[in-house]
Amino acid sequence: MTTIFSPYAQSMGFTSERDGDGRLVISMPFGDGVRGRPGFVHGGALAGLLETVAYLTLADALGEDDKPLLKPVNMTATYMRGAVEATTHARATIERLGKRIANIEAVAWQEDPDKPVAIAQINVMLDRSGR
Amino acid sequence: MSDNHFEFDAARLIRTMAKNGHNLLIGTQYHAHGDGWCELALPYSEALVTDTASGILASGPIFTLMDMATSLSIWLKTGIFQPQATLDLRIDYLRPAKPGQTVIGHGECYHVTRSIAFIRGHAHDGDPDKPIAHVAGTYFFTASA
Repeated sequence: MTTIFSPYAQSMGFTSERDGDGRLVISMPFGDGVRGRPGFVHGGALAGLLETVAYLTLADALGEDDKPLLKPVNMTATYMRGAVEATTHARATIERLGKRIANIEAVAWQEDPDKPVAIAQINVMLDRSGR
Repeated sequence: MSDNHFEFDAARLIRTMAKNGHNLLIGTQYHAHGDGWCELALPYSEALVTDTASGILASGPIFTLMDMATSLSIWLKTGIFQPQATLDLRIDYLRPAKPGQTVIGHGECYHVTRSIAFIRGHAHDGDPDKPIAHVAGTYFFTASA
């Protein structure tokens, strides 16, 4: 399956691949466009990466035949380490996929997946009313 | 305002920050500020939409706007420029921003301790009484003991 990136995701330079378990991994190369305080990735760019991998993982799980409108309800990002001038990777786990609400956790890391730089809890509404 | 020098410097700092890094990519601009609060503007851009057909702004840039507005509000609250990092930030998306509209992000710092700053904020797309998003979060003073 090819990943369809939004104009925002393209502006951010995101790339997509599958890990050994077939899970979607979205990566954000370091560059001026994602820089925050000197030497570090901007927290907003990390949030954008976490949100993007969450929505793409959700669309992946729903499959080709189920395309509800995905409406953001909220997200809570927690920053655990400064993300330095390096590529950041992220993947997401769908904790629950209901008929109307999906609860997703996304994790971002740089060198070591066991040392996350940020995590996010993301709640999404699945709206099938118009489709 | 009795302290015009302070006012001028804050606006200049924010304008300088907006011209660098991720804030430049997103296109944030200075809008207004006061004692313990800051407002930034995010002009509409087709490069930042979530879906070309709807033209709705992605939520990532709004998160960045609110992160920057709330972090600047801490400096405006304390009057001291000390290094800080976001500990956590929660955003509630009340409704999508109208395509084509500039989004205004209002951040305020309502409490600080020696180590932690507590912030909240909201964003609107023209009418402050009809917010599109609310945020709440904490920052950590990285140089504090």
